[in-house]
Amino acid sequence: MNAKYMFSLVAVIVLFLLAYAGVEAAGLHVLFGVVIPYAAIAVFTVGFVWRIVNWAQSPVPFRIPSTCGQQKSLPWIKPAVIDNPATTGAVVIRMILEILFFRSLFRNLKFHFNEGNRFSYIWEKWLWLGALAFHWAFLAVVVRHLRFFAEPVPFWVQWVEQLDSFFRVEFITDFLQIGLPGIFLSGLVLLAATIYLLLRRIVIPQVKYISLAADFFPLFLIIGIALSGILMRYFLKEDIVGIKEFTMGLVTFHPSIPKNVSGIFYVHLFFVSVLLAYFPFSKLMHLGGIFMSPTRNLANNSRTQRHVNPWNYPVKVHSYEEYEEEFREKMIEAGLPVEKEL
Amino acid sequence: MADDLLKPDELLARTDHRPPATGWMDTPVNIRKGMYCYAANPKSVEYLSLPYARQWNPVEDDWKLPENWKQIIFEGIRERLDKFRSFKIFMDICVRCGACADKCHFFIGTGDPRNMPVLRAELLRSIYRNDFTTAGKIFGKVAGARPMTTEVLKEWWYYFFQCTECRRCSVFCPYGIDTAEITIIARELLNLLGLNIDWIATPVANCFRTGNHLGIQPHAFKDMLEFFVDDLEEITGIKVEPSFNRKGADILFITPSGDVFADPGTYTCMGYMLLFHYLREKYGFDITWSTYASEGGNFGFFTSHETMKRLNSKMYAEAKRLGVKWILGGECGHMWRVIHQYMDTMNGPADFLEEPVSPITGTKFESSRGTKMVHIAEFLADLIKHGKLDLDPGRNDNVKVTFHDSCNPARGMGLLDEPRYVIKNVCKHFYEMPPNTIRENTFCCGSGSGLNAGEDMELRLSGGLPRANAVKYVHQKHGVNMLACVCAIDRAVLPPLMDYWVPGVGVTGLTELVANALILPGEKERETNLRGEPLPGMEE
Ligand code: HEM
Ligand code: SF4
Ligand code: SF4
Repeated sequence: MNAKYMFSLVAVIVLFLLAYAGVEAAGLHVLFGVVIPYAAIAVFTVGFVWRIVNWAQSPVPFRIPSTCGQQKSLPWIKPAVIDNPATTGAVVIRMILEILFFRSLFRNLKFHFNEGNRFSYIWEKWLWLGALAFHWAFLAVVVRHLRFFAEPVPFWVQWVEQLDSFFRVEFITDFLQIGLPGIFLSGLVLLAATIYLLLRRIVIPQVKYISLAADFFPLFLIIGIALSGILMRYFLKEDIVGIKEFTMGLVTFHPSIPKNVSGIFYVHLFFVSVLLAYFPFSKLMHLGGIFMSPTRNLANNSRTQRHVNPWNYPVKVHSYEEYEEEFREKMIEAGLPVEKEL
Repeated sequence: MADDLLKPDELLARTDHRPPATGWMDTPVNIRKGMYCYAANPKSVEYLSLPYARQWNPVEDDWKLPENWKQIIFEGIRERLDKFRSFKIFMDICVRCGACADKCHFFIGTGDPRNMPVLRAELLRSIYRNDFTTAGKIFGKVAGARPMTTEVLKEWWYYFFQCTECRRCSVFCPYGIDTAEITIIARELLNLLGLNIDWIATPVANCFRTGNHLGIQPHAFKDMLEFFVDDLEEITGIKVEPSFNRKGADILFITPSGDVFADPGTYTCMGYMLLFHYLREKYGFDITWSTYASEGGNFGFFTSHETMKRLNSKMYAEAKRLGVKWILGGECGHMWRVIHQYMDTMNGPADFLEEPVSPITGTKFESSRGTKMVHIAEFLADLIKHGKLDLDPGRNDNVKVTFHDSCNPARGMGLLDEPRYVIKNVCKHFYEMPPNTIRENTFCCGSGSGLNAGEDMELRLSGGLPRANAVKYVHQKHGVNMLACVCAIDRAVLPPLMDYWVPGVGVTGLTELVANALILPGEKERETNLRGEPLPGMEE
C-alpha cells in the first residue's frame, strides 16, 4: 500500500461523499449546483491569468533553446529546420508539434541493462500514445460539453460529436442496452487512458518513486469525472433537457435548480469544479507553461541576432591593463608586445 | 587513478536501478568518497571577491555556514525567480511523467534515484513549493514540499555537483524542462554560501588573473607553444611561427588552455599551429594567439551567470584591443555553449568587429554574423568543401574513428555535421556509434561542468559508462580504436574513461586528424604522426 496514492484516492472519495450526501441528504442543491461552480470558474479564471502574468513578468535573459538537430550554418549543410529552428516560423512549427503531438515525448527511449552488460535504448511509445489519447479525448469531451452551454449548439461542436460517435457501438441484449443514445468514443478513451496513466504510476518502480500525492490526485479526480459522466449517460439516463436548462441558466446568470436530476449529476459537477479550482495551483498549469518554455519557444539564432537581457549589469572584470601591469616584466623578457614599456 | 577504485565488473554489479524502499525525502544522503569533489580553496573564492570564503570539508558535520544562511538561500531563490522565466516555469510545470528519468548518464551509471533528472530538480522544487507556493504552504509534504535544513543543503551540494549540465534530459521532456538550467541556478545558490568545489573555483580564479584556467602566465604560455614548434619541426621539417598578442592581425584565435597543457589535447594544439602555418604560406592567412584571452573554456559558467560574464568579457575586450576583424574559436564544448547562447547578450554587441568572412574561400559565415565568432569545425568544413586543403587521408589509415558529440555543441548549438564532414575527408575509416547515443541523443563524457577532478573518479567513470558502452559497441563491431571529439574536457577525461571501460581506444581532437593528413608546402617526408607514432607504412 502506498500512502501517496491512498491519500489521493481517499481525498476523491471524500469529495464524492461530500457532494452526494450534501445534495441527497442535506439538500444543498444551490451550494453544489450554483455557488461552487461559479466560485470554481472564478478561481480558475483569475488563478490561470495570474499564473500566466506572473510567469510573463520574469524576463527571458538568455536564448537557451535545446537544439535537437543540425544547426543552420554553412549553406551546403542541411539543417534540421524544425528540431533546431533558426526562424520564428520554424519555432511556431516546433511548438505546434510539441503542443498537438507531444513531439519530445515521442522521442522517448527506454534504457535497458541487459545480460552481458549490454545496454540498449529502445524507442518507447506507450507513454506517448497514452498521453496523446488522454489529452485528445479530454479535449473532445470538453468540446462536446459546450453543447450544454450554447444555444443553438455551434456547428463545430456538432462536428466533433459526429466524429466522436463515428464508431458507433451497438450492444443490445435482453438485460443491457447500450449503444443508444450512441456511444462516444472520447469518454471511454479518456477513462482507459487515465487508468493507464494511473497504473503506470503505480507499477513502474521509478515512476512510482518520483510520484507525489499531487500526481495521483488529478488522475483519480478525472477518473471520477469520467465514471460519473459515463454512469449518467449510459446507465442513469439523466434528464438531458433539464440539465441543459440548468446549464444555460448558469451561463446566462439566471441559475435555477433542475428537478429530477440525481445526486450523481451533482457529484460530476462538483468534481469538475474541484478540478477547475485546483488547476491554477497545480502542475496542470503545464497547459500554459508549455507555450512559454524557453528551451522550446526560442529560435536558435543567438549568433546572428542580438538578444538583450533586460537586467544585464556591468560586472567586475580583470582588464588587460591590470593584467599587463602584473606581468609586464615577464612579457617584455619573453618578447611579447606590451602597451606600456617599463 | 586511485588504487581503491572498483574493478569495472564490480562497479557494474553494484549498479542497481531499483529504487529503495524508503521515499527520497526520508532517505538520508551519504556523501561518499569518490563521488564528490573537494571544497573550494578559500584563497580562490576570495580572489574573485565571492562571498564566505573559508576552509570547510564536505564530509564534516559543520559546514561553517553563515548564521543567516536560510535567509540567503530564500532571497537567492526569490531573486532568481524574478530574473529567469526558465527557472520559474521549470519549478512549476513538471508533471513527473518520468520521461527524463533514464536519460541521465549519472542515473544509468549509478542507479541512484536522485540522479534521475526529475528527482534532481525535485530536490530544489520541494523547497520552492514550501516557501513560494500556496499549495505547498497549505498541504506541505502531501504537495511535495519540505522545509529547508542543513541536510537538504548537503543533498543539494552533493547532487547538483553530480549533474554535468549536459541537457540530455531536456531533449526528452515534453515541456523542455532543462535540469541543466536548474543545476546552474542551484549552483549559483550554493555559491552564495561559498559552497563551490575547488576544481571549479581555482580554475576560475586562475582564469581571472592569468587569462586561463591553468594559471599559465604569459611568458610561459608562449614557451609552451614554442615547445610545440620544436616538436613540429622534428616531425615535418617545417618551422611554424605562431604570433602572440599581435595588433592588427586579421583574426584572433581563442581555444581552451587545456590543449596547451596535457596530452592528447596538445596534439590538437599542434594541429592548429600546423593548420595556421599552412594557410599563411598558401593564402596569406593572418591570425594571432592571445595570452590575455588564452582560455576558451569558462568555468565561471559552472559558478554563476555573473562569473561567466566576468571571464567571458576578455574575448571581446582582447579582440577590440588588438583590432582584429573577427574571432576564430577552437574545439571546446561548454566554451561554445557560452559563445553561442550567452556571449553576445552578456558582453556584446561586438560592433567593433566585422561580419566574419573566410579570407581564403570568401565564404561569409552568415550564421555568426552577430557574435562574430566562428567555430573551427565550421571554418575547416568550409575550407575542405572549397578544396583549399591538400590532404592525404591515407596518413590516418591506422585509425578507425568514431565521433563523440560533446553535449554543449550538440544540444546548445547544433554543431553535428560540420565535424563529421571534416573527419570523413581526412580519415577513410569512420564508423558511427548507435544512433540513440549520438547527435542530440549523445551521452556526456561524465566529467563535464567542472567535475573532471581526480578525487571524484568513481563518479566520472559511472557517469561516462553509457558513452563508453557505445564506444565499446563500435570497438567490438568495427575495430574502432580512436574516439574523436571537439572538446578539450573530452580530451582530458575520455582517455581514463576508455582505459577503464574500453581499453585500446585512444582519443583525438578533430584538428589533430586534419593536421596529420595535411600536406604542407615543402615538408619533409613525414614518418610519424603528431604523436610521434609511425605513420601507416612507415613502421619498421
Ligand atoms: C496545451 C495543452 C496541453 C498539453 C500540450 C499537455 C501535455 C501534456 C504532456 C506532454 C503530459 C505528459 C505525459 C503524461 O504524463 O501523460 C501531460 C500530462 C498530464 N496532463 Fe496535460 N497537456 C495539456 C493540457 C492539459 C489539460 C487541460 C489537462 C486537464 C486536466 C491536463 C492534464 C494532465 C495530467 C493530469 C497529466 C499527468 C498524467 C500523469 O499523471 O501521468 N493536461 N500533459
Ligand atoms: S520529462 Fe519533464 S515533465 Fe516529465 S518528469 Fe522529467 S522534467 Fe518532469
Ligand atoms: S543535465 Fe545531464 S547530467 Fe544533468 S540531470 Fe540532465 S541528463 Fe543528468
